[in-house]
Amino acid sequence: MPCGRLFPHRIRFLFIFLMSKNMLRSETKQNIIEPSFNNEVKEDKRVLAYHEAIREALQLAMSQDRRIFIMGQGVDDPDGMFGATKNLHLQFGRERVFDTPLSEGALTGISVGAALAGMHPVYFHNRPDFLLLAMDQLVNHAAKWSYMFGGAKNVPLVVWACIGRGWGSAAQHSQALQGLFLHVPGLKLVMPSTCYDAKGLMLAALADQNPVLIMDHRYNFNNKGLVPPKPYTVPIGKGVIRRKGRDVTIVAVSHLVTEAFHAAQEAAAYGIEAEVIDPRTLKPLDEEIILDSVAKTGRLIIADCGWKTGGFTAEIGAMVAERGFNHLKAPIKRIACPDLPMPAAYNLEQAYYIGKNDIKNAILELAR
Amino acid sequence: MMKLSPKVLHNLLFEMMRIRQVQLAIESRYLENEMRTPVHLCIGQEAVAVGVCANLKNNDYINSTHRGHGHYLAKGGSLRALIAELYGRESGCSKGRGGSMHLVDAKVGHYGSSSIVGGGIPVGTGMGLAIKMQKKKNISVIFFGDGAADEGVLYESINFAVLKKLPVIFILENNQYSVCSHISARQAGENIFHAMPAKLLMTKIVNGNDVRQVYDGVNNAVIRARTGRGPSFIECRTYRIRGHAGCETQDVAGYRTVGEIDSWKELCPVASFQKKLLKNKIITPNEINKMERKIENQIKDAFDFALRSPLPAPDTLPLYLFNE
Ligand SMILES: Cc1ncc(C[n+]2csc(CCOP(=O)(O)OP(=O)(O)O)c2C)c(N)n1
Ligand SMILES: [Mg+2]
Repeated sequence: MPCGRLFPHRIRFLFIFLMSKNMLRSETKQNIIEPSFNNEVKEDKRVLAYHEAIREALQLAMSQDRRIFIMGQGVDDPDGMFGATKNLHLQFGRERVFDTPLSEGALTGISVGAALAGMHPVYFHNRPDFLLLAMDQLVNHAAKWSYMFGGAKNVPLVVWACIGRGWGSAAQHSQALQGLFLHVPGLKLVMPSTCYDAKGLMLAALADQNPVLIMDHRYNFNNKGLVPPKPYTVPIGKGVIRRKGRDVTIVAVSHLVTEAFHAAQEAAAYGIEAEVIDPRTLKPLDEEIILDSVAKTGRLIIADCGWKTGGFTAEIGAMVAERGFNHLKAPIKRIACPDLPMPAAYNLEQAYYIGKNDIKNAILELAR
Repeated sequence: MMKLSPKVLHNLLFEMMRIRQVQLAIESRYLENEMRTPVHLCIGQEAVAVGVCANLKNNDYINSTHRGHGHYLAKGGSLRALIAELYGRESGCSKGRGGSMHLVDAKVGHYGSSSIVGGGIPVGTGMGLAIKMQKKKNISVIFFGDGAADEGVLYESINFAVLKKLPVIFILENNQYSVCSHISARQAGENIFHAMPAKLLMTKIVNGNDVRQVYDGVNNAVIRARTGRGPSFIECRTYRIRGHAGCETQDVAGYRTVGEIDSWKELCPVASFQKKLLKNKIITPNEINKMERKIENQIKDAFDFALRSPLPAPDTLPLYLFNE
């Protein structure tokens, strides 16, 4: 019997509310103000939560550009995609902010078609796992259209998905699939790590006239950070140094940037200064910022929340081996999730995931 | 049957003859191995492309398939750019990047075709969504085969088109085959969308070898779409005279009988329409000859154009991945 009949409306609502509270608690460590590595913000200092930063970007972009619209399962829910799209339908109407059927394949194609015919869709998924149902349209269509037709038509499209983690979310609700998409020419791949970048990269993605996949992380949603109210873009294809250091280079992705930063701070107590690089966009990749750093430090750690084999760490490792080999004083270290599905039991989760301590140990080992 | 002026009828015939003659010309030179791209000829299916597109305006969209030469030409796509594309030339409609299965002519509302079977169905649906969101008056027409109707994305797309009342027409071009597999080996019965209530989805089955039936069937759907009453689904029953890909001699034997092919040749959409117009004295043999010659000249011009066009310069290889 559907729970609609089992529980009267009010109780059902409470039930859902409690469920989501529970889920939220599970995935939330505690709200942290981002470390002071947020060196872009000079004026208009104002603290926003991560989801508010994304939401503000969408709001600004939609107010300026009639072509932009938002779709996805639950974008107009009370929760509004972890808050990122919350109540935007009240401001822009349900024509421009609408819920979708659970048809990830077709809806991705529909967003491609809408883009071809003059719109700029933003398609939200609360987990990247569901993008696997949309692979045909993402890889065979969105990524190919411009090239395949000699530039006759292009696909201005933003697809957003949020990597899950914890509370036994397990194998099909926690996958970090950036490695799969990294392989595909024709897709831009963006992974922000700060509130400032979440807004600036969303605005950059919406200014871009090509398919841009934003792969976010649930852990980023714990952040609060400095975000100026004005519209601004963070360039796609430019990384940033989050912490300067002379001994070891760490390239970290998404929420691991914060982990790497804290690891570097702790390693400093041992007299080792690690440089933390946030590529911000995995494709196009700012290779120079990584190579310049490795030229200085001679040591490289790559940390990614995805799998090791064939993933981002493999790609960066290969790139540096190819272009920066002469600078390397030690073997490259890769810190990534083991090549296994995510387990559910919380002690296995702990064994599975990587974080600050793994990065710190790698720093200490490398710099020894 | 709707009353059509002689001018419109002549045009239907001309367009069908043109598609047929272009296909035959491609076929006749295919074994020279200079058109190095898998051509999927639509010989025998001309009435579908022409009957549908004759209802459309320049700014209406179509979404086509791997078997798309006919759709492209019927919608007004440039013949020169088509032939140049088959020869892989920079002057091709896709600058030699697409080949036979990826034709485009944005000026006439043809925004590209997918060779992933069923892949264009949601794309065309999304173009309909854009039309609706922009409050425009044009419509989006999607061609797809019976093989594509095996794919789940059709279900998802039609559901969405009906849900949002999109100005979209789904044209199922049922030629009975997907490569060598007969539809009876793949589908459980009549297409399930025919069971949909007409208020939600207008559906129809027409003789896809009769250009008049196709024209009339689609005409209602076009009116429905243009007046905001939602999508339609039209199945055109037809037959692929040639093999799945390549020229006649490249068809593999053993999956259908010569008798089957011959019986469908009898129902040739071009010849039967010619005969009908002649019988009703709507056209004269002389006028038909003139059409033939006109088309021959166009074809000669297109092949000359293609063959004197340069191949893409190798250093342009990375171009067009993104629009920057
Ligand atoms: C998703 C997918 N599966 C398989 C193929 C291989 N394939 C190319 S054309 C074709 C036949 C499709 O049949 P249909 O849709 O009826 O079109 P027709 O060739 O009859 O015009 C197949 C199976 C493909 N291109 N895409
Ligand atoms: Mg078929």
